[in-house]
Amino acid sequence: MADPAALDSRAAGGRNTLVLMGLLLGLLAAVSLFVGINRLSPGAVLSDPQALQLLAVSRIPRTAAVLLTGASMAVAGVIMQLLVRNKFVEPGTTGTNEAAMLGLLAVTLLTPAMPLFGKMLAASASALAGTALFILLARRIPPERPLLIPLAGLVYGGVLMACATFFALQTDLLQYLGIWMTGEFSGVLAGRYELLWLAGGLAVLSYFAADQFTIAGLGRNISLNLGLRYGQVLGFGIVTVSLVSALVIVTVGMLPFIGLVVPNLVSRIMGDNLRASLPVVAGTGAGLLLLCDILGRLLRYPYEIPAGTVFGIFGAAVFLYMLLGRRPHG
Amino acid sequence: MIKITGLSYGHGAKPILDGIDAEIPAGRITALIGPNGAGKSTLLNLIAQQLAPSRGCISLDGMDAARIAPAQLARKMAVVAQNLTVASRVRVKDLIGFGRWPHSQGRLTAADRAAIGDAIELFGLAPLQQRFLDELSGGQRQRAFIAMAYAQDTGWLLLDEPLNNLDLHHARNLMAQLRSLAEQRGKGIVIVVHDLNYAISWSDHVVALKDGRAVFQGPVDEAASAASLTALYQTPVAITRIGGLPFAQYHR
Amino acid sequence: MADRRILGLGCLLAAAAALFLFWGLRGPTAYILELRMVKLAGLLSVGAAVGVATVLLQTISHNRILTPAFMGFDALFLLLQTGLVAGLGIAGSSRIPALAGFLLDAAVMMGAALVLFTSVLSRTRHDIQLMVLTGVVLGLMFRTLTAFVQRLMDPSEFSIVQARMFAQFGGIDSEALAVALGLMMLAFLWLWRNHAVLDVAALGRDTARSLGVGHDRLQLKVLCIIAALVSVSTALAGPIAFLGLLVTSLAHSLMRSHRHALLLPAAALISALILVAGQTVFERVLMLQSTLAVVIEFCGGLLFMFLLAKGKIR
Repeated sequence: MADPAALDSRAAGGRNTLVLMGLLLGLLAAVSLFVGINRLSPGAVLSDPQALQLLAVSRIPRTAAVLLTGASMAVAGVIMQLLVRNKFVEPGTTGTNEAAMLGLLAVTLLTPAMPLFGKMLAASASALAGTALFILLARRIPPERPLLIPLAGLVYGGVLMACATFFALQTDLLQYLGIWMTGEFSGVLAGRYELLWLAGGLAVLSYFAADQFTIAGLGRNISLNLGLRYGQVLGFGIVTVSLVSALVIVTVGMLPFIGLVVPNLVSRIMGDNLRASLPVVAGTGAGLLLLCDILGRLLRYPYEIPAGTVFGIFGAAVFLYMLLGRRPHG
Repeated sequence: MIKITGLSYGHGAKPILDGIDAEIPAGRITALIGPNGAGKSTLLNLIAQQLAPSRGCISLDGMDAARIAPAQLARKMAVVAQNLTVASRVRVKDLIGFGRWPHSQGRLTAADRAAIGDAIELFGLAPLQQRFLDELSGGQRQRAFIAMAYAQDTGWLLLDEPLNNLDLHHARNLMAQLRSLAEQRGKGIVIVVHDLNYAISWSDHVVALKDGRAVFQGPVDEAASAASLTALYQTPVAITRIGGLPFAQYHR
Repeated sequence: MADRRILGLGCLLAAAAALFLFWGLRGPTAYILELRMVKLAGLLSVGAAVGVATVLLQTISHNRILTPAFMGFDALFLLLQTGLVAGLGIAGSSRIPALAGFLLDAAVMMGAALVLFTSVLSRTRHDIQLMVLTGVVLGLMFRTLTAFVQRLMDPSEFSIVQARMFAQFGGIDSEALAVALGLMMLAFLWLWRNHAVLDVAALGRDTARSLGVGHDRLQLKVLCIIAALVSVSTALAGPIAFLGLLVTSLAHSLMRSHRHALLLPAAALISALILVAGQTVFERVLMLQSTLAVVIEFCGGLLFMFLLAKGKIR
């Protein structure tokens, strides 16, 4: 029999981690509220109605947008990794982002007056189709060849991007496409980011299927053996990943590396049992992206560096360290 | 009892399995034997409903196995596959815990915890229970998966090459545990085994496959004769008895 | 005694080249012919370099799905171009002589590749898969940086960068071309003398070593050659990401041989043929100057996916 005291101390350790993470996130969020071009001090909020206005219209929405994006992208990344059973993928390297872009481009060309919500629907639908196609392809690749899947994803994304580029070149929209290529939050205002709550909601929803995703990550055979409806879990995962990616691209732009780096970091320490690790994945994603956004606001003050760029460099460095820094296996 | 009638898999000139009829008794150990490429693993996967046959049917305790809902089937039958490559990092204890999923859907009861502790104990995994799967050796990982199937606590247990990565001690131990599961708890066990001596000395029943067909089957003492084994493997096999158990001599 | 398929490819290429040179020749004949000759030489050399480099990379990594584009060459080139235009402005960047620009691009890419190869390979005990993954991650990072700089540009600056984002054969500088050809000839000469040892290296590190081939040294040498070929061709014309994938799959299925004496020339010829024929069609029939590279990327990628789905790539 397992020692119940040991079990309890592990659960308590998990709770402590979550509490600590919550405190850190709160601290970061507080900093984020008071950093920006327009000076805002905590004291002013109480006395100055204009400061309150700034807080409500710009700073709070921006902070919320960053937290939601970071958390939901990290969750999308970990789900993607379990679905294709590969640690080196994320929605950005499996064609999901490119498919969403293609959908956005199509809708921009065909019906330029389409409101944001319509664009979001188009991007989601095409991301869904793109992701499903990739997963079908990835399942034909033997799991013993771990490098094949990210490379296939890269080629797949390249093919989709070549389509987008071809049409963008003919219509002189290439630089316009670039707007979606870099995720940043300086344009986030109340009324222009609320779609992200949907992404956050999806991330929360996926927690209810945490065990199912973990089992699916063990492979089709084991899932069937345990009586899991594998197809349904796969479908739910694809929908979650695609919708989250599309929502994020439409509202703030592409954010590479979050879905790749955060799950790998957490998996190293906690493993992949999502029941325990999903909240930590979400919290780490949110915290790291917020940190990058704050840094982006401060590094070239009064100008901004997009959070996506800061995270791109930081994420690449962390990932390379994880890849090369570990002691080679004997 | 598992009753297999007219089972075929694969189309074309050379199907992988071709019109298999077999009966696998409950509460016994049945070994699927035969040369390489005979279709043993395919048959096991068909019984486990991991593959769908092109023709024929399988009845499990009197029910058409294909019509049993996945969640229900998972409470009747547990499978340990041959290829256990897992990319995600899961702890041994959590893996074995997933064996209780068909019963509890993730909300572990006291009975579930007891079953998990039991499985850990029985397969000697206590010192490894907090380790991640990718930190284990091949044999340790194999034992973890077998323990998971054990924790599933099903009437039927299907194992594809369970001895592959195990050393002498653990291989013998596993077979002894399977024996006691069959004798004391009445579980039906189906194994694919390459080592002929493990097959005939531990199992009650054999089903021999060759080129996708069932060549002979029945209780070990009757079916696994020197003549039939010699024909099956196209290698001279002599059967002697050591300590009352059959022993196949084919090494030279 | 050359292989008949190689001879056939050579004839096809000669025909395509003649068509490219003389089709629709009007006006100041000598002048146009000279322009077309430079362009043709550019197409031929870029094609040969990409084809050969991809075959070499696949041999030395024992992996039939790799192409140098995965390893961040294209991304670095784009970052470099974007950085130059953003840093020096339109006027400043256009004042750089073509030859100097070419040499700068080629040198930076080659330097970066050599640093990557030597540092990562020695760190990972010659685990080339890990090196490729490193290249992929660096490529993603370069792309992120490029996208950031491009956001800051005004549309006229961006249009300059856009013109360099895809391989262009129109404005190739003849001095740069001469330098590129010289370097490539050196590489090809080495390959000509060493093609047999590559056949052995393709068997895998352990087998090659037990046959007495100094695998790791050879690997580094070949990687240097790959770096040189890719840097030079990219600096000359610009990136064509998946041309290599297209070419090696075609070369393998046409030659059905593991011998580099056949594979390397076949890949070079097929690659040049695709570029020359493609450029002829796009320039003279479809009147689309800039999109050949995009279409090749699309086709190469699509073929790769098709082979993957068919289980032909393992």
